[in-house]
Amino acid sequence: MPTLENTTQEVLTLAEQHFRLAPGSLSPSDDFFKKLGIDSLQTLELLSRLENHFNIELPDYEVQGVSDFKTLAERIQSRL
Amino acid sequence: MKSFTGQALRWEWRDGVIELTLDRAPANEIGSLMLDELEDFVEFARQLASETSACVITSAQKSGFCAGADLRELYHRSAALDPALRNESIREFLERIHATMNWLDEAPFVTIAAVHGVCFGGGLELALVCDVLIADKMARFAFPELRLGLIPGFGGIPRLKRDLGNGFVRDLLLSGRSVNAARAQAVGLVAQLAAEGQALKIARATAAQVAKFDATARAAAKKFIKPIPHEELRHEIEVFCDLFTRPAVMAALKKFVENTGPMPHQP
Repeated sequence: MPTLENTTQEVLTLAEQHFRLAPGSLSPSDDFFKKLGIDSLQTLELLSRLENHFNIELPDYEVQGVSDFKTLAERIQSRL
Repeated sequence: MKSFTGQALRWEWRDGVIELTLDRAPANEIGSLMLDELEDFVEFARQLASETSACVITSAQKSGFCAGADLRELYHRSAALDPALRNESIREFLERIHATMNWLDEAPFVTIAAVHGVCFGGGLELALVCDVLIADKMARFAFPELRLGLIPGFGGIPRLKRDLGNGFVRDLLLSGRSVNAARAQAVGLVAQLAAEGQALKIARATAAQVAKFDATARAAAKKFIKPIPHEELRHEIEVFCDLFTRPAVMAALKKFVENTGPMPHQP
């Protein structure tokens, strides 16, 4: 199983690719709603992207209230 | 070729295949305008049924197939009415949408939903009337109605129960969570998975395939394998109307309308 650090890095890379950002432009503590300015539909897109990539299911209620990449990675880690 | 372009949708009939495209920003919400035009579409499809082999239902909105009922319209229309008249108003809407959905469900031609993005609530109910559901791998499905103190009202539960195992139906309905296309395919909701942006192309290819079969045998097969759960659909309207009269529902609708958060489909 990958470490939390590896998972966090994968989440950051995936988000950068999904939102067409330069590599390294996101960090684990970033508030993705503020940093990316994403709306509810984009949030669901990101959720699908993460689920497809990690081959997991991440119920909405588990990520509701999560706003930084590190906590998001922790939620993913618990499903790997 | 025959075609129509309305304010919420458009359709085109060509060589025995109808393509119905939902196209109303932001996410094809089903309100009075969409319902008016869906009713007109059903009338058109009814007239051309004997010359039609398949109908593809798709969306031109980037956000997805359909985000469900127009809850903003529902809230504002209901809030403007005396509480005693709200039930009558919602019942009239439900009777109309059920008649539309029921006709599409048992249409004598093959119906194919090409789904991408959000397919929630009433949007999922529209997809569920289709015979074959083809989904982009980024599509998401949910029945988030319980957050409003309601159940799905456009025929969702009876059709979901008809088509899928009860365990998944309970999970989807009682948790209100959204599921991705892979999960939806694993439980049998989605028939075919498409790469990103390819659902419509695959739906068109499927429509071309079904057109090769004998029309009488095709209609008989559909009727045999896809019974319409009329009794449960009537029951659903009664349950929905009973729940709708409660003040908690208006409060939840108001909260939704005012919500600007990232997950308005969650309580």
